[in-house]
Amino acid sequence: MSDRIPADSVGVITPHQQIFETPVKLLCGRTLPRIELMYETYGELNAARSNAVLVCHALSGHHHAAGLHAVDDDRPGWWDSAIGPGKPIDTNLFYVVSLNNIGGCHGSTGPRSINPETGRAFGPDFPMVTVRDWVATQAMLADALDVRRWAAVIGGSLGGMQAMQWAIDHPDRVAHAVLIAAASRLSAQNIAFNEIARQAIVSDPDFDGGRYLDAAHNPARGLMVARMIGHVTYLSDDGLRDKFGREIKSGDLATASDVQFQVESYLHHQGRSFSQYFDANTYLLMTRALDQFDPARDFGDDLVAALRTARSDFLVIAFTSDWRFSPARSKEIVDALIAARRNVVSAVVDTPHGHDAFLLPVPRYFKILRAYMVHVAARMAVQG
Amino acid sequence: MRPDIAIIADLVTPGARVLDLGCGDGELLAYLKRAKGVNGYGLEIDAEMITSCINVGVNVIEQDLDQGLANFPTDSFDLVVMTDTLQSVKRPDVMLDEMLRIGRECIVTFPNFAHWRCRLYLAARGRMPIAKHLPHRWYDTPNIHLCTFADFEALCATKRLTVIERFVVDSEFANRPIVSRFPNLMGTTAFYHLGRPR
Repeated sequence: MSDRIPADSVGVITPHQQIFETPVKLLCGRTLPRIELMYETYGELNAARSNAVLVCHALSGHHHAAGLHAVDDDRPGWWDSAIGPGKPIDTNLFYVVSLNNIGGCHGSTGPRSINPETGRAFGPDFPMVTVRDWVATQAMLADALDVRRWAAVIGGSLGGMQAMQWAIDHPDRVAHAVLIAAASRLSAQNIAFNEIARQAIVSDPDFDGGRYLDAAHNPARGLMVARMIGHVTYLSDDGLRDKFGREIKSGDLATASDVQFQVESYLHHQGRSFSQYFDANTYLLMTRALDQFDPARDFGDDLVAALRTARSDFLVIAFTSDWRFSPARSKEIVDALIAARRNVVSAVVDTPHGHDAFLLPVPRYFKILRAYMVHVAARMAVQG
Repeated sequence: MRPDIAIIADLVTPGARVLDLGCGDGELLAYLKRAKGVNGYGLEIDAEMITSCINVGVNVIEQDLDQGLANFPTDSFDLVVMTDTLQSVKRPDVMLDEMLRIGRECIVTFPNFAHWRCRLYLAARGRMPIAKHLPHRWYDTPNIHLCTFADFEALCATKRLTVIERFVVDSEFANRPIVSRFPNLMGTTAFYHLGRPR
């Protein structure tokens, strides 16, 4: 291994592709004739097959959660800080699976895939997918990997929603569910932010009603604004103040000429780079799935009843400055879990990093996650 | 094992649903789970304590008692326990009402300010007592509502609470005859097993 690769990295990882040549019926009633799932694994599956952990990605995530794709890769996976030997999700103990969900734009079947019925990309015709569909297709991958029961299903934000849905839909296949900065359903304010982001995309002239791939262009401006809106809601007021304050990037406040604040420049950069790699139809689809998530709806709007079907233990983590998925939303889940008599540990981590904290190595957050995963390993009788 | 745990465990029905307010490192709940098969949850705000609870596999919920317990429905627990914490909450009287709303019964333990050593300390030195069961100084103590057993009994009487059982011990956690005879003078810690108002 190269000396450029840190000792606590999972190293250079090759993504895998799992193809299912069977039709997959989605909740919306439509069927995908076949699906492909991109995934990565870190660590070794033990002989008892008891140490498998599923990591579910959030809105803009994908299968590349940890490690590098090449020795000279300068960007590790999106949750590299948490997954690796000796890290909170310790690959010396666990076999970690991370996939790109269907509807995504990182290689799994999604709007950029060719629709076999038309011979061209699905684009806006890609069927509506839900968190339940993701869990169902993740279960297909679990079967293919011969993982009968996950030691833990872990996710932040939209990923946490998938972990919750797993516990409800497959009670016998999840031993522990870890819900980080999640909610049992989005608030009106949260849906509103998603709708503003969607409107930014669909009102970009390059969006072409979602058929932008056919004309080989990209609604980059719309995607950029969508990401800027999203990004600023993932940070906190204090966090932005600490990071940028009123620092000027260019121009002169004294003469009020061509002033650009650092925070503007930062958001432009974030938005622009996102618009270069993310698919607009995927963004619409993922935010719709986020808005529609509400497992209680299937149980007469009773979250306690929904969680009573679960058999797993739960860890619920929230962050004080997260106003997009606030600690109050996590508290609702925790209260419902207590009422449903499920084992639950909950923590509210004090940090200025807002919703984004779930992706960051906040010391207390990682300490809790590590302690819990050690407990998971002990309960699953996993040997290091 | 913490000396109060065996005493409390004797008062707990096997398989009960128990809420421990200020559960610390989770030792009580871990024991009750093991020895009595309870379905227990603990509330705690100290980060180190919460990690300790995770290490011993206790259901710990990060929640500040002084922010209220309104999120817990009425009758949602068989028993609500609070050990050595009542004297540190903002409103112990309201806390007692809440404990007996959430649970059918509660167990509270607290230190006795009227123990003879405290009385002597205050009388002889004219300063706030420091004793084995009250180790803090007046300015760094978490105990903002210290009381005596007699004070607590008076509160229970005002609220017409059912005292199911009362158990008083000395600083060795022993219940010697002299302690039972003169609890408010000889006892350091009291265990009250309370029921709803008569």
